[in-house]
Amino acid sequence: MDTLVLVGTTKGLFALRSDDGREQFELAGPSFAGEEVYATCIDTRGPAPRLFTGSVSNHWGPVLRRSDDLGASWSEDERAALAFPEGSDASLARIWQLTAGPADEPDVVYAGVEPAALFRSDDGGSSFSLVRGLWDHPHRPQWEPGGGGLCLHTVLVHPTEPERLLIAISAAGVYLSDDGGESWRASNAGILVPFLPDTPEVEFGQCVHKVARDSGDPERLYLQHHGGIYRSDDGGGSWTAMSSIAGMDFGFPVVAHPTRSGTAYLLPLESDEYRCTPNGQCTVWRTVDGGASWEPLTKGLPQQDAHVTVLRDGFTTDGQDPAGLYFGTRTGEVYGSIDDGESWRLLADHLPPVVSVRAAPVGR
Amino acid sequence: MKVRVRVPTALRELVAGAQTVDVDVIGAAGSADAAGDPVTVGSVLDALAVDHPALERRVRDELGRTRVHVNVFVGADNVRDLEGLATPIAPGDELSIIPAISGG
Repeated sequence: MDTLVLVGTTKGLFALRSDDGREQFELAGPSFAGEEVYATCIDTRGPAPRLFTGSVSNHWGPVLRRSDDLGASWSEDERAALAFPEGSDASLARIWQLTAGPADEPDVVYAGVEPAALFRSDDGGSSFSLVRGLWDHPHRPQWEPGGGGLCLHTVLVHPTEPERLLIAISAAGVYLSDDGGESWRASNAGILVPFLPDTPEVEFGQCVHKVARDSGDPERLYLQHHGGIYRSDDGGGSWTAMSSIAGMDFGFPVVAHPTRSGTAYLLPLESDEYRCTPNGQCTVWRTVDGGASWEPLTKGLPQQDAHVTVLRDGFTTDGQDPAGLYFGTRTGEVYGSIDDGESWRLLADHLPPVVSVRAAPVGR
Repeated sequence: MKVRVRVPTALRELVAGAQTVDVDVIGAAGSADAAGDPVTVGSVLDALAVDHPALERRVRDELGRTRVHVNVFVGADNVRDLEGLATPIAPGDELSIIPAISGG
């Protein structure tokens, strides 16, 4: 089984591919040289994998592309597949997230964008429609951008009740829909906001960085906040702080193990001010008990003078068992593990700053 | 009126490698230029959006605004120094799409 790792950078898309059980990866790229690739998706629901990329050129703006030949060629629709409709008074700045829809609806694809909005495609990504229920939400005028812009960066579709959607926006927080996107409610109870004065809890305005769903219990979610790590056991209805990792509350990504319930991974950074791996040590942290305790995973990762940053979509799993885990840094390294994180190795370096990583088995 | 549009190297793959494309332009009010409506940079881009939409959306966003780091020239003049998208186009004028000096 081949494994494909898409590495989105600020200067184009790279691909790592292994055809020998993930022992060796071959690097290819860049595609779309010079474009910032913040969103990729490897959609394996159909008869053959379909790849999506959302990139933006500093000159020419954003573009959505598809590939049905594992990236050998890419196509862009003559009419923009993803654009704000007339009357919305908005223009697409960046595609932040591309998410495959329910397993039994292979033509459904979601896109999260900046300015914060959700789009849905019902034709395999040829055309997307603005999800009006969220766009017209009365909170929207009060949403404030985080450092990366006002971005909708997380889309989670409930695996057995696909009308239940979770999205996250920086900095608006988590919003839930139980009706396929018709209506939405903020759902941030329990997530503290240390960056606001005298208001530790607010209905919305949280700077949620990423949310991941547990593989075995779809009601359990893991959340990396701007300052704090949280868990939900009720599908995102409420949030409880997880055990702190040595006082490190800041970070961007969170990844759930693809097959082992209760297991998740974080890559915490030192402080809001510094935002690099602490003490020059690049360490992945793993919980196997739903966030009650955490263990450091360091084998194969640099433990001296490694001041790296991993962004919210820079860490992912390939969905296999044992899990392949991959993360890319803003200093252009890609590390991978094929043993659930027990050991790591450098798969690529000297790349442009990495901003997104996605991986999946793609057949042969 | 036919107007020639010069395509920058980076965008030529969107027009089968062509260095220029010619577009038929009608006046800003929707009637033929021969009827008296002025042909403008905006109406040239409107015509480009019909013939080559993937090229045009590299120049303007959904709100019709010229992208910040894209310059449009009529002859040797940047339309930002003229009347922007309302800059009139005379017969024989060529329009050039040129990426601005920017980036990192």
